[in-house]
Amino acid sequence: MKQRVKHFLLQHGPVLLSFVVFLLVYFAGSRMYPAMQKPQVFFNLFINDASLLLVSIGMTMVILTGEGGIDLSVGGVIALVSTASAALLRAGVNPYVVIPLMIVLGIAFGAMMGWIIQYLKVQPFIATLMGLYLARGVAYIISLTSVSIADPVYKQIALTPIYLPGMENVYIYPTSLVGPVMLLVTIYLSFFTRFGRTIYAMGSNEQSAILMGLPVARTKILVYAFSGFCSALGGIVFSMSLLAGYGQFASGMELDSIAAVVIGGTALTGGVGNVIGTLFGVLIHGTIVSILQFNGTLSSWWTRIGVGLLTLVAIGIQSIYTLRQKRS
Amino acid sequence: MKQTSFFRRIRDSRLFWPLAAWFIILAFNAIVMPDFFKVDIMDDPVYGKHFYGNIIDIFNNGAPLILVSIGMTLVIATGGVDLSVGAVIAISAAMGTVLINPALGNELIENRILTENTTRTPLPIIILADLAAGAACGLWNGLLVSRAKIQPMVATLILMVAGRGIAQLITNGQIMTIYYTPYFWFGNGYILYLPVSIYIVAVVCIIAWLLVRKTSIGLFTESVGTNATATYYSGINEKNVKLLAYTFCGICAAIAGLIFSSYVHSADGNNNGLYYELDAILAVVIGGTLMSGGRFSILASVVGAVIIWTFTVTVYSLGVPGQALLAAKAVLVMLVILLYSDYSRRLISRLFERKGSKHEAAS
Repeated sequence: MKQRVKHFLLQHGPVLLSFVVFLLVYFAGSRMYPAMQKPQVFFNLFINDASLLLVSIGMTMVILTGEGGIDLSVGGVIALVSTASAALLRAGVNPYVVIPLMIVLGIAFGAMMGWIIQYLKVQPFIATLMGLYLARGVAYIISLTSVSIADPVYKQIALTPIYLPGMENVYIYPTSLVGPVMLLVTIYLSFFTRFGRTIYAMGSNEQSAILMGLPVARTKILVYAFSGFCSALGGIVFSMSLLAGYGQFASGMELDSIAAVVIGGTALTGGVGNVIGTLFGVLIHGTIVSILQFNGTLSSWWTRIGVGLLTLVAIGIQSIYTLRQKRS
Repeated sequence: MKQTSFFRRIRDSRLFWPLAAWFIILAFNAIVMPDFFKVDIMDDPVYGKHFYGNIIDIFNNGAPLILVSIGMTLVIATGGVDLSVGAVIAISAAMGTVLINPALGNELIENRILTENTTRTPLPIIILADLAAGAACGLWNGLLVSRAKIQPMVATLILMVAGRGIAQLITNGQIMTIYYTPYFWFGNGYILYLPVSIYIVAVVCIIAWLLVRKTSIGLFTESVGTNATATYYSGINEKNVKLLAYTFCGICAAIAGLIFSSYVHSADGNNNGLYYELDAILAVVIGGTLMSGGRFSILASVVGAVIIWTFTVTVYSLGVPGQALLAAKAVLVMLVILLYSDYSRRLISRLFERKGSKHEAAS
């Protein structure tokens, strides 16, 4: 039994730790600002970080593939999707056409980058950097200024609060449900399907994965397409929550999301970690932001410094864990 | 026969591809915009007579990027990468302006400060403080990579995220505006009709070249990038080589930040040096240095950075709106990817080979 507990802790240490860190940060915040004890503040995390969660889910899968796998284009895709959908809606296109179209756009964009990485043997860093430039650039070409969305369907989805049962006056928006649903789907994908197992196999050692006869090339392209899909969803959620589209949206979100993934216990070398940790990484980010909001001095730079420090702590703990694992 | 080998030597040279790419862009400019190469002499009331034209602009505006690329080359040669250069630029810019501008904390910037040509700290100390800040940032990265054995991308990611926060902390979230002409000289001044920044770049370039080609550091760097473990076993302190590379990169970024803030007369923690880490890595890749480390060429990276800025200036002078520049840059990266992929390299070398064999048959 003791052995089993020890094994479990070694296996899932970083993920559990991100959970503990989240609890600690939240606890400290609610001690400083008692208003944070309201349940609504907790659910606000899901409302505010809805698109960050979506993007980070895709990012986790990409990072899990290893070999320097990273997707820098996520913020760009959000900007592109929000601007393109706003422009299309303004042109009078039916929103039920726009949303699937944007998702197809995201998937195609991701698949294109995956193809470049896989077949032109380009470093993911460079290829997705091109994706970032391209997406943001096209967003600016569509419109140099912010495009507002006046579509009734979007407005209705964005502004209808869902009151949670059993709690008084606690609500979320439909858009904040997309992230958690996607999280469940991804947990299923990564633990119970061939696709997920192939990703972990690739992350541990791509060469052996190829020798085992796993469809590495296909999976790699699929992973980037999946990340593009998540980013497109994130873009739709983003444009719904702000009811606008702009090329400058979500600038630097790739950093926040990589940091959230790392804080959540996923190793950038690939093969280690899972999306559940990423959820806590995102929640930690959101908690720091809301603590600063309660603080009220609007010193937004502390978010960055805090996220940086937490990334450092997470990496330190991870390396201790890998040392332990090697020893045991 | 002799000619073939001459061609081959040029083609195999590190500088061939970057220079060829640069000439293609320049040739395009020469055809589309004959005015592109025009250089006038301008009489500036403050800074005296100097050259004025697109070519000068490329080197003057590109100076920060060239500097950062020089540092980045060394880091990438050791098999690492430094994502924090943009943040270090912001920190250095913030540092310089805060030391000049007496308005600190929540104090409002008074009108007097913006019009009076004064500084709170003497200029040498400002420069030293800037360089020290950059060196400290580089040292931090280097220690994390070499001593704590953290992956370079992750280790520098920490400073990349936190660094902009630190820069804003230094300026207390304000966009610092300064008015102190001796400081402006770095970004706007001229020596012998040419911008000061070109001289700064030249000096840093020569120092770096002496460092890597006239001492054994260059050899050590290449050997660390090729195989760090083998280097360690052959008795080279591979940790210190890495530490040096990151520190040098930090200092280069700090100089870039100094020129940057001097050029725009202000510091903005959020936007100074935004995307510079990406551009610098791109410049190094265009220069032909592999991201996996090993052989490197500082001059090729400089050409890479010049290519990026020639491209930028070209796009601007074509009348493309500044915001659409990013899309144009994506096309540039795409071209680089295609040009440098194994497939197209094989295709081109096959073309050359055929020419060579024809030549041989004719003679």
